[in-house]
Amino acid sequence: MDLQSAKMIGAALAVLPLFGVGLGLGMLFSSIINAIGRNPSVAGTVKGAGLLYFALIEATGLFALLIALIVLLG
Amino acid sequence: MASPLEQFVIKPLVPLNIGGYDVSFTQSSLWMAFAVIAATLLMTLSMRSKSLVPNRWQNVTEMLYEFVAGMVHEALGHEGRKYFAFVFSVFMIVLMGNMLGMIPYSFTYTSHIVVTGTLALLVFLTATAIGFIRHGLHFFTLFLPAGLPIVLAPLIIMIEVVSYLSRPISLSVRLFANMVAGHTMMKVFAGFSVMMAASSGIGLVGSVLPLMINTALFGLEILIAFIQAYVFAVLTCMYLKDAIELH
Repeated sequence: MDLQSAKMIGAALAVLPLFGVGLGLGMLFSSIINAIGRNPSVAGTVKGAGLLYFALIEATGLFALLIALIVLLG
Repeated sequence: MASPLEQFVIKPLVPLNIGGYDVSFTQSSLWMAFAVIAATLLMTLSMRSKSLVPNRWQNVTEMLYEFVAGMVHEALGHEGRKYFAFVFSVFMIVLMGNMLGMIPYSFTYTSHIVVTGTLALLVFLTATAIGFIRHGLHFFTLFLPAGLPIVLAPLIIMIEVVSYLSRPISLSVRLFANMVAGHTMMKVFAGFSVMMAASSGIGLVGSVLPLMINTALFGLEILIAFIQAYVFAVLTCMYLKDAIELH
């Protein structure tokens, strides 16, 4: 296998963590909807916390993207 | 067509070389200066009237102030007032960097690890210094949660030390990767549009589609720009809290 194809396969493998990120985001939003559905009066607080954790989970996916870019272009 | 990563290339505007080091005034420095000027102007000009019933500009400033003040109060309590100025400055420089980066043809200085790394290191070192000043060598109990079985101590201390030392890395890479990914994505979709428009017939009509997606992405990016500044400031508060209260 030449270097270019190996790099591309490596970069594709490096974005596999997106599986976990998708799972995490789905769980986060399902629990937010659950919480608001059960008790609509806490919507403001739950949404605020949810945004923070959304950013933290999303960052995990971006770490993977970063590794993929380093593998591909580095 | 240009690579989507080309937008992050730093170009010197005023080349300077002092003692073998390249200290040129780059477009990154220019936009940092713009951010400081914009933040200062917003804060001073909008609060000049100091009216009880605020106008729109004063409202923006008060919202930003109360947002950060509430965040600091929630994390640090009454004692947090001392650290408000620090957290607010960090919040504003990150927010301004992200938001000014959304202007077309501008430059996002928070998309460079050297900028976010310096900010994160500043936060980390400040928190550590505050911890040592307030608690002396007692600060090291941060790495050993109370009531831990002594058998587990070596393992837990190792994990805690590593997680403490990786804080500046995760703090800086989170912001930097978000900005790089967002701006690259927008450039890629703009590239789709250009490629489709270059072909004739149905492609010309279809090129509107990526443009529409790009418009939606623009809204998302502005949301992300704010959330990332918020996350940066919240984590700064949490690190300060750890240093002040030791768990």
